[in-house]
Amino acid sequence: MPVTLDDRLVLHPDVALRPERFGALAYHFGNRRLSFIKHVDLLAVVESLDGEHTVGEILDRVGVDARRHPAFLSALATLSDSEVLRAA
Amino acid sequence: MPPEVTSQPPTATRPLVDEFRLGLDAPICLTWELTYACNLSCVHCLSSSGRRDPRELTTEECFGVVDELQRLQVFYVNLGGGEPMLRPDFFDVVEYSVGHQVGVKFSTNGTFLDAAAARRLAGMDYVDVQVSLDGATAGVNDPVRGDGAFAASRQAMEHLADAGFGAFKISVVVTRHNVGQLDELLALADGYGAQLRVTRLRPSGRGADSWNDLRPTQAQQRDLYHWLLDRPEVLTGDSFFHLSALGEPLPGLNLCGAGRVVCLIDPVGDVYACPFVIHDEFLAGNVRDPGGFTSVWRSSELFSSLREPDSEGACVSCGSYDACQGGCMASKFFVGLELTDPDPECVLGNAEPLLAALGGDGVPRPSADHSRPGVPVPSPVTLRPPRRRS
Repeated sequence: MPVTLDDRLVLHPDVALRPERFGALAYHFGNRRLSFIKHVDLLAVVESLDGEHTVGEILDRVGVDARRHPAFLSALATLSDSEVLRAA
Repeated sequence: MPPEVTSQPPTATRPLVDEFRLGLDAPICLTWELTYACNLSCVHCLSSSGRRDPRELTTEECFGVVDELQRLQVFYVNLGGGEPMLRPDFFDVVEYSVGHQVGVKFSTNGTFLDAAAARRLAGMDYVDVQVSLDGATAGVNDPVRGDGAFAASRQAMEHLADAGFGAFKISVVVTRHNVGQLDELLALADGYGAQLRVTRLRPSGRGADSWNDLRPTQAQQRDLYHWLLDRPEVLTGDSFFHLSALGEPLPGLNLCGAGRVVCLIDPVGDVYACPFVIHDEFLAGNVRDPGGFTSVWRSSELFSSLREPDSEGACVSCGSYDACQGGCMASKFFVGLELTDPDPECVLGNAEPLLAALGGDGVPRPSADHSRPGVPVPSPVTLRPPRRRS
């Protein structure tokens, strides 16, 4: 499912993050799938998702340049597909 | 929009495979053999299991290891053996582990997975079960795993299904004799709503003696590669990355993770680089050492050396090196090749002249043999020829 700047997302409650120098490991204890968050900026975005602010607001808050938004939306969509993230 | 935007972060600044090659501060996951005790004597057993080692970690020590893994955020362990269910405290260790955010996948031959055990497992979160089966028929399975082993595995699957466990896994070591049964094995898994998991045979443990008879032929390796490419839903533990030299890479981590992102803890707490190299040369330390597992993982000389850039070798100049990364360290070691040599099952045939030139002398033997004395291992399907030409 595509993710848009207007969506509100949260980390799935069954997911634990382990920070790494490249970003983080994300493990879903429910479906037992391991995902990789492949950039520290993406990790900063994921950790800021609060379900109240929109994805666009959080990208701005973390300081992600608008030119990078498409790549971030795509990465967030991948994480949503693996149930690392879910709609608030 | 400028085209370079799509290559901007969050695309990884360095490919993950390069990050993993340098090693992480903690393993992504690890294998933990809980006991060398086993009721079976499979001809390809990686750990030459049979007899319990009296120095086995106590229940309390196992809990201590779990505590460390929790602190390190190792999200899951692959419990095995031997037959892990032979430990009287097996369920205690499993429950302690999942209660401490360390998920459990465990491998069993199924003998002791009765109706009650299946119900108990079905009631637990964060537990995966892998029932070993090395053939779609007793005629193919039992020569490798022992008389009655096929029936025992099937019985365990029935119990899991009856208990409503959900999607357990059927774990198959691919051999020359069962590779033609993969469709049947997949159908068997589908019938249970289970997942098929296939892994690579290594010449480790008792496998050193059966490898030549059991390993797939080159033609079978090619068929297997295409079969796996067409079926990404089949799990492999990323163990067939040497096949990626045939073309498009197989899904998963195409890299030897030994000592970099995975390792093995054996029943007495010894930490090895991976489950397939239980040998003194790949022993990094023991969880009972001061500093525990964490210190072994982070500071052992062996693991530090495995995280250094690959040294020059025949493979580095091969056009397929990026795809196969030189293959499996354990397979090279136990057939007597150098670690910079090609994988003995190199799909381009680059190891053939080296194997032909090797004599039988100087081939490393496993450092320990836990086989039960007087208990014959099952006869492989074919009689054993000499391990290689000398």
